[in-house]
Formats: sequence, structure tokens, C-alpha cells
Amino acid sequence: MFSTNHKDIGTLYLIFALIAGLIGSAMSGAMRLELMFPGIQIFPTISAVLAGDGSIDAAKNMYNVFTTAHGVIMIFFLVMPAMIGGFGNWFVPLMIGAPDMAFPRMNNISFWLLPVSILLLVLSMFVEGSPGMHGFGGGWVLYPPFSSVAGTPGPAMDFVILSLHIAGASSILGAINFITTIFNMRAPGMTLHRMPLFVWSILVTAFLLVLALPVLAGALTMLLTDRNFHTTFFDPAGGGDPILFQHLFWFFGHPEVYILILPGFGIVSQIISTFSRKPVFGYLGMVYAMVAIGAVGFVVWAHHMYTVGLSLNTQRYFVFATMVIAVPTGVKIFSWIATMWGGSISLRTPMIWAIGFIFLFTVGGVTGVVLANAGADRALHETYYVVAHFHYTMSLGAVFTVFAGFYYWFPKITGYMYDEKWGNRHFWLLFIGVNLIFFPQHFLGLAGMPRRYIDYPDAYFLWNFVSTIGALVSLAATVVFVYTVYEAFQVKRIAGANPWGPGADTLEWTLPSPPPFHQYETLPQITGAEH
Amino acid sequence: MPQPSNRRSNLTVAAVAGGLAAGALGLSYAAVPFYFAFCLATGFGGTTQVAQAETGLRGDRVIRVRFNANVAPGLDWTFAPETERADVRTGATTTVFFRFENKTDHDTIAHAVYNVTPEISGAWFNKISCFCFTDQRLGPHEIAEIPVVFFLDPRLEQSRDMDPVGEITLSYTLFAPPLSEKPLALAPPAQGSGPKL
Repeated sequence: MFSTNHKDIGTLYLIFALIAGLIGSAMSGAMRLELMFPGIQIFPTISAVLAGDGSIDAAKNMYNVFTTAHGVIMIFFLVMPAMIGGFGNWFVPLMIGAPDMAFPRMNNISFWLLPVSILLLVLSMFVEGSPGMHGFGGGWVLYPPFSSVAGTPGPAMDFVILSLHIAGASSILGAINFITTIFNMRAPGMTLHRMPLFVWSILVTAFLLVLALPVLAGALTMLLTDRNFHTTFFDPAGGGDPILFQHLFWFFGHPEVYILILPGFGIVSQIISTFSRKPVFGYLGMVYAMVAIGAVGFVVWAHHMYTVGLSLNTQRYFVFATMVIAVPTGVKIFSWIATMWGGSISLRTPMIWAIGFIFLFTVGGVTGVVLANAGADRALHETYYVVAHFHYTMSLGAVFTVFAGFYYWFPKITGYMYDEKWGNRHFWLLFIGVNLIFFPQHFLGLAGMPRRYIDYPDAYFLWNFVSTIGALVSLAATVVFVYTVYEAFQVKRIAGANPWGPGADTLEWTLPSPPPFHQYETLPQITGAEH
Repeated sequence: MPQPSNRRSNLTVAAVAGGLAAGALGLSYAAVPFYFAFCLATGFGGTTQVAQAETGLRGDRVIRVRFNANVAPGLDWTFAPETERADVRTGATTTVFFRFENKTDHDTIAHAVYNVTPEISGAWFNKISCFCFTDQRLGPHEIAEIPVVFFLDPRLEQSRDMDPVGEITLSYTLFAPPLSEKPLALAPPAQGSGPKL
């Protein structure tokens, strides 16, 4: 609990992410069940239980509270803690040959801020938000005026703001820790250009966190003072402008989506290389593609805001800059394929997840290029097409990399081997499930179905029904996942130091599994091109 | 355990990274005045321009300008333009009166917030005089008619952005000032240049 050991903290992060992920998934499950048929079915009951008000209006509000909380939980309490806090803490020190993180105690506080933060978020669902309603239902983007006193006078919004402040502080502290560790604590011979790609991905992510999250903190602080201390940053009555919040939010928000996916890129690079028994194709290209994605990610924010009345030239710039990002992303996709090309591929469970990720992320990338066009976005803005797009990149892309990393490093973390058969079943069930959920949502979006509504016209019934069937398949996949983990701990197959063979050439595989509490008492010497 | 020198350089890197974070926080606040200056300079977001005098240029296009007046909740005034629309030749100076009425029994201050749509036309919408430049103060049940004097910059004819624009809406919303901590007697007198009725 109070451990300052990077492996213990990493494990805590992973457990936290697992719990938060189950909560967030349960919320999305409730939303999918609601949307299975036209009309309002289950949210009056949910609202009656959670808020003590079973009316239709309360149900609508509760649905929007669920979409908001689902988004915030999945972003801040599942993907970020799992990838950065969990795998980052576990494997960055191991991969660079460091005995621990640079600031172990700061590492501990970074973790313990998160339960406080999620607690505040959950509390917000039980206090008044908009008049007569519980919770805040304005989406994870928190746009004013709905998030101002005008739309949500109740304290629910203040809880959400403070929750995100704390989550942000946790991530910034964690990022500073990673930057220091990676710059200062590499083993002799581990030059920057010899670092494993996962470490590079965490380094780039840490810089994005340090530069982007304070902007969110600033915007949220302005919102908080607008709400409570009569400032008017976003209130036109005092000369403010609500659109300014959107600019600030997306200046954070767009780098944030790369924060979510870049560590996944790193994980997939390690896995593809391991199971193809080849070094990653174009190592330097891969490194600088990540740096480029991170850098360009800061200058494309207004592609989320094509409909606010930007001039045509501004829109042209943001269309162009957004499409530029497809170039380094393409470099990465092609380099992964080139790594597999001619490699001695073994289709173990992590490799299947990694290949599944490449497929899903490419689908999400293609719809991303479609949405980058300001003209097309006019029609697709705030429709299910956008929902499908960002779930293909985030929910399927990022979450598949988390599972890939989980199966890849599970033997290293626990010392036990899971059952390949069950790992495979988990993959195929989830792969089919999520595609069934999200592919039909492209059709719904193209047909004009808007996001964030509890109900829809009958014409959208078919694909909503299919989508919910997919959610049920995914639920089955989650049950299989829990069983797979349970089975592995039950049977206790000993994994050994390196279960993956000669392809796994990064430093963590030179240690026993699980690694000793203190590792690298004599620092490893790195020679040659090791990555 | 890290050696002392290692510890010092760790702190250096952490301080630099922490400084970056603090700098980013500072920049997010600096973005606020920068954003409003940017809007003013470019007409971004439908921010209109302020001109000192009429333009000498005469243009050829005629654009319909619509006028829209709203009162925010919490302010018991009526507020309406004398005409709903005017067809304006670019370069020609136009004057439109707006009628204000304070329906309360005491002195009240109101502040007009404005923009134009399509928002890109803000860069060419020049106001010479406007009640929105200052706060308006009306006595109990006082009525005032105060003008907006504006012209459309003829150079808009060279902008491809403005080609499809046949109609511009000038919209005002009257707000009670959010911070009425100052006693009304100390507030600056209304400076609307129009005749008060």
C-alpha cells in the first residue's frame, strides 16, 4: 500500500485500471442495452436507484451522466493508468536497466491521487447538477455554458472539475518522474537511440502530458472561478467567450488522444518484434514518427471545432495539418508490417492482439482522415460516425494494446503462464464483439443519428440492435478474460525468465519472473544495437 | 541507491520538467488576453472592427444587414432596433437606431455584447459609433434611442470568403453587468451619443 517500489506501484495501477475499466464498461453496457430498442427502457430504473427519481426527464439526464462518466473513466482511469502508470512503471526501469524510478515517493503519491480523483467523480453523480437533476451530463468535453452556472448550477460540476484537477496533477507528477528516470537513470551504454521503443513512447507521452495537462488545468480553473468567484472568462456578460474554452480544451484534448495511444504504439512495437524474431523495421523512423505525432498533435486542435464559425482559411490549415498526422502514423503501420514481413512469426496470444490492433487502428485512422475534411465533418459532426471513429482508435486500438501488453508481460509480472487457448478465445470474442458494436455505428452516423441521446427514431433500430448484440458478445469476452486470469493464478504454470524465446531481447527478459524486489545490483552493460 | 551527484541531476531534470508544466499553465492563462486581441485584430468569431471615421472608398456590392436585439435574463429592459434590416452598399455609412427602455423603478446599468454572423464578416464590419462601446445607464422607466453607425469595408469584395455572403446579421445581447459591486452613483454616465427621449 505505501510501497515505493516501482513494480508494486505498477501493479497497483494495473489493478486500479482493471476495476475502473469494469465500472466504465458496465456503464457503456447500460447505454447499449438502453439503445437496443427504440423508446426508453432501463434508465428510469437506473435513475430511480442512483438518484431516487424514476421520471423520464431524470432518466434522460442519467443517460447523459453515464456518457460523461464513461468517457472520463475510460480515458483517465483505465487507459492512462494501465499504459503509463501500470506498464510504464513496471517496464521503463526494467527496460533501461535502472534499479527503480527516479522519485519513488512521488511515484506513490501519483498513484494514490487517482482513487481520490475517481471517488470525486463518482460522488458527482449523487449530488445536484443541472436544476433538479443529479450529476453532470455535458460530456467529457465539459463545454460551457452548460458546465457554467447557467447550465449546471449544482455542485456536481465542481466535483467533476476537482476530480480532473487531481487526475491531472497525478499524471503530471508521473510524467516528471518518467522524464527524469529516462534521462538520468539509463544503464551504461543505453544511449537514447538504443532505448526500446516502449521507453521512447513513454518519454514522448510524458512530454505531451507535461505540456498539455496544465492547459486543461488552466481551463478548468477558469471554469471553476467563473462558477464560484464571479470571473467571466467564458461568460459573454462580462466580455468572455465560451468558444475560448473549446480552444483551450482541445489544445489539451487532441494531444490527450495521442497520450492514450502512443504507449500502445510502443507496446505493439515490442510485441511485433518479439514474435517476428526481428528487430523493428526502421527503428529511427519509428522513434521520430512518434516524436512527430506528438509535436504535430499540438497544432491541430481546431479540427474538433469546424462548426464554430472558423474562416475558410483557418479550416484549410487545420484540415491540412490534421492530414499530415496520417504520414507518421502510416510510417508506423507500414514499419510494423515490414517487421513481420519475412520474419519468423509465431502467433502467440500477445501477437494476435497486436495484429488485431493494427487492423482496428487502421480502420479508425481511415475514418479519421474522412473526418479531417471540414466539408465532410459538417455532415458527420456529433453523429455516431464520430463515435465509431474514436472507439476504433481508442476503445479498440488503445484497449487492444493494453490487452496485448497484458498478455505479453503477464508471465513477467506474475511468474505464471496463462492458458494460450483461453487467451485466444478472449481475443476472438472481443474482436468480433467490438466490431459488431462499432462497425454498424458508421452506418448510423452516415444516416444522421446524433450522439448523446437516450432514444432514436425507429429507422435506426436495426444497426442499434446489432450494435447491442456486439456489446453482449464483448461482455462474454470480459467474462472469459476474468476466467483466463483466474485460471492462470489457479494452475500456476511456471513461466521462467523468458517464455518468448530469442525474439524477446529487451532487458526485462534477462531477469527472473517475477523480477526480484531489487534488480540490477550490478548495472547491465549495453553494447551493440539493442532495442 | 542513487549517488549524491545523481540525485542532484535528477532534481535538475525534474525541475526543468516541472518548469515546463508551470510554463504551460501560465501560457494557458496568457492565451486568454491573446485570444481576445486576436479576435479583435482579425474579426475572428464575428468580432466587429472599430473605425474612427467614414471610409472614402465606395464599393459596388449591396449586402443585406439584419439587426437582432436580445435581453439576457436578469435585466428588465426592452431593447429593439428601429428596423429589422437594411440593404447596405459597401463603403456607405449607415445609421440605425436602437430603442432601450428601462422597465424597472430604479437606475440600471446594462452592457451590450455583440457579434456578427457569418463570423468571418467581422473583419469588414466597421463601427464608427455604437452604444456597445460603453455601458448604458437608464433611470427608472427611462426610454432612449441610441444609434449604431457603421459601414462595410469595400475591400471585402476582394475576399473569396465573402463571395457567398449575401446577408450579415448584427446581433446584440444586453446584459446586466455581472459584478455590480460598485454603487450606481459612481458608475460612469452613459455616453450614447443619440438623443434621449
